[in-house]
Parts: sequence; C-alpha cells; structure tokens
Amino acid sequence: MTTAGRRLRVPGMGILASRSRTPQPGRERSGLRGLRGLLGLLPFGAYTAIFLGVPTVAVIVGAFQTPHGGLTLKNVTVAVHSPYSNGFVESIELALVTSIVPGILGVFIAYAVHTSRGSFLKRVVSTASGVFANFGGVQLAFLFVASLSATGVVTVWLQDLGIALTTRWLFTFKGVALVYMYFQLPLMVLIVTPALNGLKPAWREASENLGAKGWQYWRYVGGPVLAPTVLGCTLLLFGFGLSAYATARALTAGTIPLTPMQIGNVMNGNVIAGEQNVGMALGLGLIVILVVVLVFYTVLQRRASRWLSR
Amino acid sequence: MVVAVVPSTIAEEASAQPKGAGRRFSWRKLRWWRGVVLVLTAVFFLLPLYAALRFALEDNLGHLTTAAFTAIVHETGFLGALYLSLRLAAVTMAITLVLVVPTTIYVHLRYPRLLVAFDAITLLPIGIPPIVLIIGVLQSTPFFLKSSPYLLSLEYVVLATPFAYRSLDAGLRAIDLKTLVEASRSLGSRWFSTMWRVILPNLRAALASAMILSLALVLGEFTMASLDLYTTLPVWIVNASARTAHVSVAVSFLSLVLTWLLLFGLSALDRRQFRKFRVVDEET
Amino acid sequence: MEAMAIGNETGVHAAVSGTRGQDGGPSEGATVQLVDLHRHFGHTRALDGLTLAIRPGELISLLGPSGCGKTTALRVLAGFEAPDSGQVIVDGNDVGHVPPQSRDMGMVFQSYSLFPNMNALDNVGFGLRMRGVKTKERRRRASDLLEMVGLSKEAKKYAHQLSGGQQQRVALARALAIEPRVLLLDEPLSALDAKVRIQLREQIRGLQTRLQTTTVFVTHDQEEALSISDRVCVMRSGRIEQVDVPSVLYANPATAFVAEFVGTMNRIPGKVTASGVSVLGREVGIRGERRGTSGQAVEVLVRPEELAVGAVGRGAGVVIGKTFYGAVTRVAVLLDGDSAVQVDVSTADAAAIDPGSAVELTVIAREVMLAEPRSSGGTAAGGATGSAPGTPTPGFVPGEPFPADRNGVDDDLSK
Repeated sequence: MTTAGRRLRVPGMGILASRSRTPQPGRERSGLRGLRGLLGLLPFGAYTAIFLGVPTVAVIVGAFQTPHGGLTLKNVTVAVHSPYSNGFVESIELALVTSIVPGILGVFIAYAVHTSRGSFLKRVVSTASGVFANFGGVQLAFLFVASLSATGVVTVWLQDLGIALTTRWLFTFKGVALVYMYFQLPLMVLIVTPALNGLKPAWREASENLGAKGWQYWRYVGGPVLAPTVLGCTLLLFGFGLSAYATARALTAGTIPLTPMQIGNVMNGNVIAGEQNVGMALGLGLIVILVVVLVFYTVLQRRASRWLSR
Repeated sequence: MVVAVVPSTIAEEASAQPKGAGRRFSWRKLRWWRGVVLVLTAVFFLLPLYAALRFALEDNLGHLTTAAFTAIVHETGFLGALYLSLRLAAVTMAITLVLVVPTTIYVHLRYPRLLVAFDAITLLPIGIPPIVLIIGVLQSTPFFLKSSPYLLSLEYVVLATPFAYRSLDAGLRAIDLKTLVEASRSLGSRWFSTMWRVILPNLRAALASAMILSLALVLGEFTMASLDLYTTLPVWIVNASARTAHVSVAVSFLSLVLTWLLLFGLSALDRRQFRKFRVVDEET
Repeated sequence: MEAMAIGNETGVHAAVSGTRGQDGGPSEGATVQLVDLHRHFGHTRALDGLTLAIRPGELISLLGPSGCGKTTALRVLAGFEAPDSGQVIVDGNDVGHVPPQSRDMGMVFQSYSLFPNMNALDNVGFGLRMRGVKTKERRRRASDLLEMVGLSKEAKKYAHQLSGGQQQRVALARALAIEPRVLLLDEPLSALDAKVRIQLREQIRGLQTRLQTTTVFVTHDQEEALSISDRVCVMRSGRIEQVDVPSVLYANPATAFVAEFVGTMNRIPGKVTASGVSVLGREVGIRGERRGTSGQAVEVLVRPEELAVGAVGRGAGVVIGKTFYGAVTRVAVLLDGDSAVQVDVSTADAAAIDPGSAVELTVIAREVMLAEPRSSGGTAAGGATGSAPGTPTPGFVPGEPFPADRNGVDDDLSK
C-alpha cells in the first residue's frame, strides 16, 4: 500500500498510483503530467513508426525516384498507363464485385444466424468465419483448385450435369471473384453480427406497438441503424479485395492483370530490371485509394458506434 | 494476404435474444426463409472443403488413398517450412502480447478519450497492403535485419494489430475496467499485480482469440514471406503444388480444419467463463 | 430552468386532437378485461389464471416481486406474447388475434427504447407517420406533445444526447402521440435516479389524469404504485393476491404476503391462543387466516405505528437505533429471541429514548395478521421489512436492480 508521501511511478504506465502529503490543487498540473503519461504510448508508437511508417515512406519516396536516386515523375506516368492502368481497372472491378455482393448477402446470412436460437450454430459460424476470413490466400485457393480446376471434383459433377466450364475457368475473373467471396463473406458476417446484436429488441417492439409492420421497422429504424456498419464493412471489403495478393498469385499466373500481381511481378524481376520504382508508384496508387477508403470507414464507424452502443 | 476480424463476438452473442420472442405472429414465414439461407450458405462453404478432402484422398489415378496425408511429413521441405512458420508465429504472438496488450489497456485506462484516435491508428496497417509493405521493407531495412527471417515476425505484428486490438477492445468494453482497477488498487495491489491477477484473467477469452488469429495469420501469410524469399508454410504449399497437388491440398485442408477446431474449442470455454456482468432482471 | 409544463387545458387537448375529445372535454378511456390468462415458460407458470377488470380512465398498477408475472401480463395485453389460454377484451372486443400494430395501445418500455437514428421530434411523430399523418401536421402534433412533457427545447436532440429521465419523457410523449386506448408502462422508472423517479411519476400521473387514458403501470416498487394509482393489483406467482385502492391495501391487506409487501411490517413472535394470539404480553384478535393450533408459536405481523413504547428503563426490549423522519422517529428495538422491530414514535417522545436503554413494547392494534411460515432459507426469527414511516416505502427488495445514473447528463427535471 502506498503510504502518504511516496509517489509510485511506474515506467510505461505513467503516474498510475500516486499519493502526496500536500493536497493536490483542484486541477491537476495537466501539462507536465499529461506529457509524462503519453510516454506510455511511446513503445507502441515507436514500433508502428518504425515498422509501418518507415517502409511506407520508403515506398512513397521511391515512387518518385529513379533507380539512381534522382527525382522523377516518370514512374507515376508509367503507372497510369497501360498495362498498369488495366491492372487498376481490373483490380477495382474485382474489389467492387467482391465487396458489394458479399456486402448484401452477408447481411442476410448474419441475420439468419442471429435469429436462430441455440448457441451451437452461432459458435460454429463465428469461429468458421474467423478461420475463412483469416486464412484467405493460399489455403483457400488450394481448396478451390481441388474443386474447380480442370480435374476438380465440382467440375466433374457439373460435367455430369451437362454444364461444361471453360478450362481454367477458375483462373478467370469470375473464378478469382468466387474465391474472394470465401474470405469476404465471412468477414462481412463477422462484422455485421455484433451490429445485429446491438439492435435492441425494445426498438422492434416499440415500432410494432406504434403501428409499424415488419418492413416499416426495417425501413425506418433497423435499416438506418445498421446502415453505417454495413456500409463501413463493405468499404473494408473493398479495401481487402483490392489488396489481396496471395489468392491471385496462387491461382493465376498473371492471366488477369491485377495491380498487386503486377507489383509482385515487378519486384520479382520478372519484368525489366530497374522497374522497381514503377512498382512503388503502383504501390503509392494503392495506398492513396486505401487511405480514402479508410477515412470513410472511420467516419461511418463512429456513427455506428454512437447509435448501437447505447 | 487478408487478415481477419476476431470472433470475440462469441461473448456478445449470448445476450442477443429478445425476451418476448416466444410467440410472434409471423414467425413461421421467417423460420422457412432462414432455413433456406442457412442451408445454401452451408453448402456453399462446405463444398470446397469436401472437394478438397476428396481430392486429397485420391491419387493421380483416382483411387482412394490416404497417401497424400501420410506423405506430408516426408515431403521435402515441409517440416522445415512448418517449423519456420511456427517460430515466426511464436515471436509474433509474443511481441503482440508485450506491446499491443499493455498499450490497449493503458489507453482504455488513462486516455479513454483518445480511444477514437487510437482506433483509427490501429486501422492504418489496412491502408498499406502487405504487397506494398514488403517492398518498402526490403527497400529500407538494413542488411543485418534482412538476413533474419524474424524480420517477417516484426512486420506480422503490424499486420495483426488491427485485429488483435479489436478483440481486446471488445473484451475491455465488456468489463468495467476502471472500477476493477480502482478496486484492486484500493485494496493494495500494485499495477503489475493488478494486471496479472485482475485485468488479464478477465480478458482471457479476448486474449486467446487474438492470439489464435495471429497464429492463423502467420500460418497463412504468403505475400510478404514469398517476396522476402523465405519458405514458410504457405510458400511451401505453393511451391510443392507443382510437384504434388494432392499433398498441397491436403496440407491446406488440414491447416484450415485444425485451426477451426482450436478456435471452436476455445469458444466453448469462452461461453462458460465469460458472462456480461450486469444486473439481470429476472422478470417473466 | 424550465419546470415541466403540464400545459393548460387547451394546450393539452390541442395536442390530443383527433377522433376523440373533439368536443374539448376529457375523453373516456377504454375498458379492459383480462380473463383467466394462463402462460407458462418451460416449467414456470408466468400467468396462472389471471382475471382482472380494468375500469375506463383509471391508472392501475401491477405490483409484485420479480417473477410474479406482471410484465408478462402487460406484454400479453400489448400483443407481444400470446397466452396459452384466456382472453383479452378491450371495449368489449376480444383482441387476442389482433397483432400489436393494430391494438392501438401505447407502450413505454423500461429503457433505451427511443429509436437512435431519429431525434426526439421524429421519435414522437413515428406512430403518427405509421398512421399516414402528413409531415406538417405530424410535426405540429409531435411538438405539442413534447411541450406537454416539457422538452420542446430538446426536440432536435438524439437519444444519446438526452438523460435517462428525458428519454423516458420522450418515450411517454411518443406513446401518447397515437392517442392510445390504453397506455402501458413497463417499469418505466426503474432505470432512473431516485429524485428523477419521483418527479417523473408525478408527471405521468398528472398527464394521465387530464387525458383520462386507461393506464396499466407495472412496477416492483410499492411506494411508486401506491402513490400514483387509482387501484393497485398485487401479484404473486402469476396470480392476483389483492386488487384495491391503496389505502385499503395498506390498512386491510387480504393476505400476509400483501401485508408484508406493502409498507413496513414487523414480524414478532407470538403464540396462538383459544381466541386469538398472544404477543408481547397481550392477547389480540386475529384478522384473516388463522394458522396453527392453540399453543403453537407463530409470527405476528404488526405495523410500526401499531406498536407503542412503554416506560423507558425497564422491559424486555433494548433500543438499538433511532432514525429521524421529521414528525415521526422510527426506533429500532431488539427483543428477546433476536428479533429487531421498528416502532414509530413521535419525535418529541423519542427524545427520551436512547440507544442502549431498555424499553417495553406493547401492541396497540386490536387485531393482527399472522405471517406465513417462512420458507427455507429464513433469517432470524423476527424482523422488519420496509423503511420510512408515514409513506410506505419499499426498502430493499432482493432482485431489484440498483438504479444507475446512466450518463453524465444532469437528470434534474427542474432544469
């Protein structure tokens, strides 16, 4: 027990427990104390600055450099022209499809799970969603190779049913989009479920009591309250759809131009050596888009948490 | 590489059901529709798993055999890759535990008003796709770090932060942190003891799921590892697929299923020991 | 500082225009009958043959401990639950098959029922919107109602910007906006601060009286129920123990349960005699149920004001405390056998009574009720339930949630 007169100061936690003999003035000596307290955030801040900030800056700077170190806009110019512009367009299309469709479907699935009784189903869905969403990339891609490749199980079934998929269907835009669904949908369900839990039963009952039918409740109360979360999550899915590399890499070998793939190719030296700076310019493009997405997401999240947490 | 949101929602789900859900007037229609949605979804997700299992249980001639599974450990490089991935995961989890957990608790306790800003900062890694991040890393890292695979671990912590933080945040919001800490301190406990005996035990579920998903992230992370030229598990899977697709599929299947079992088992513990403490009105 | 304006007569009736009250006078509320309602959840019988006739325009409270079925009864009336058997009749029509949307009842929930995405004005106007009232008219009526509950200035605010008391007032306005046949209140004050509770319940009563809406008020707080109701229905385990006006419930409880639930009651050891019961050295008559054979030890129910303190300095009781309540002081006395009882004494007389002194107690009622035998887990053989004298107040009812200040906004209704 700290006795009067001793200050307990713990590095990293600021002055958490302190007693002093002299009575504190009404307002804390905020300036100095606040500053010392912020030291507690230093380790994390420094870590982030080093391992996230430095590489990011390196990319941004590199986007404007020549291989010899001089400054240039050439990389950016190259990046906005073919074939890289195709990459951006395809990537954005892919990201749009794999964010909007799961965005809508995910809400229905989450609602179906939410209205079920029994926690077993909910636990299964919740944990499975976590796994699918997280393991996106390679492992998922291989599941699909087994299902839908030329000799895949599902391909054979469909052939039996008379539907012939084009060979290498999996490696076309539609195939890749389908695989993306497998990590985008679970992510949507994972994020929407707590929002659904935040819908208070009293709102539904109050609306019924006041004369609203089911669809009117959703139109005037449920929908608007969920909207920020759903929109925000869709945005997030867009971001992930845009950034995904592993899945595309495992499935395609460059059959569809996608920006992350192009960046990877450039880095691997698959193209002209020295184009690494172009790769960075492409990276810069992605960063810009994603930061915009994040800003909107944050705004929507704040609105959602204000309404759903009370 | 896509990262995940942590299902600390498991705890929140317990409170969901409306009390008056007994007899409502149009329940029948809802039940039918719900069944259809759930069945379709189940088929959609289980089909590839089944296909993968089938594929892995076949050999090149189409006969049923467990050869692919038994061959896993013997395949060139598998054990090395697995071991590397596990080591990287261990380091990542350790750093996250030491760095992200105390910081999150600290912000909740000392600067609750900064939580909004902090939340936004933890989202930053999502703005830098791993493919871009690794370029920057390779560009700017001194040689001595580049020669160690643990550079990847250091970066994985950054990738995992948004999700580890969210899991912890949810766990912290569900307990009355400030009151617990003040009670503990007033009873004479110093801050370390408070962390260890009071705070962390109440966060067990959130911590565990954050750790498991970090594990899954590392075991599934391909982008950065492949460009950093290290053969982690997913890199191995891709490389091996040229040689033997069956084994690659078998390994993929196993990693998904085993991780899921781990998480599911954890959720069973979670349900029992985690309850939202509020005064419950037992009114019928 | 704006005191809640109940509004003058014209103000109130201007807000509540429409199908009723067009002549400007107070309108008649609906008649409600609950007939033999049964409802069970698993093994629990929430409603066990509940039959109640509610008079038009009255405010009746359903009062009872947690689990007695009062909320279930309310929800059955509202249409959120269907009874296993029995009928709900409103104005002569069986509404059992009518969904909640069409029952024309306004409900105020315990807490957090305001739609978070709408401001106060839109919340209040919601029911009108559902009924197809045009925007301009809707806004006008909603704003009149907000004025009626004293929250005109908060019309544009959202739920998270309002204090608990303000939210409930908006919820009340919202329920009244549709001019319901019946107003239903499900423990609307439980989540509020003590001071706010008292102010708000007076305001609810005031509004109800002017509008003459039949109102059903569910609560576990007997002080609340007794202070504002025309009649109180005391419930227990899905059945009605007694329905009466507050004064009768207090003075003439039908059963020991009601006697102990309403107001403060002491339990004093006594012995059954041939013609009554012997307690504290006197023999008195038994009111209500006779329990036990002659000579059997029982507990007797006596109100604090039905006990008198005799000479100070001698006697079997020891004073253990005094609590000042103004004109009356409540004295706690420890009797043989470890039963502590509360006695109401005028403050003037109480001056001479000090803690530690010996006193003699006598019962000054002519008839007393016998307590029900304690179920398992009983505590000491005597004791009192309830607290402050003068007004019957609840004391601590196990299971009652402590009201918490849900936010930092000042709940003082006088602002």
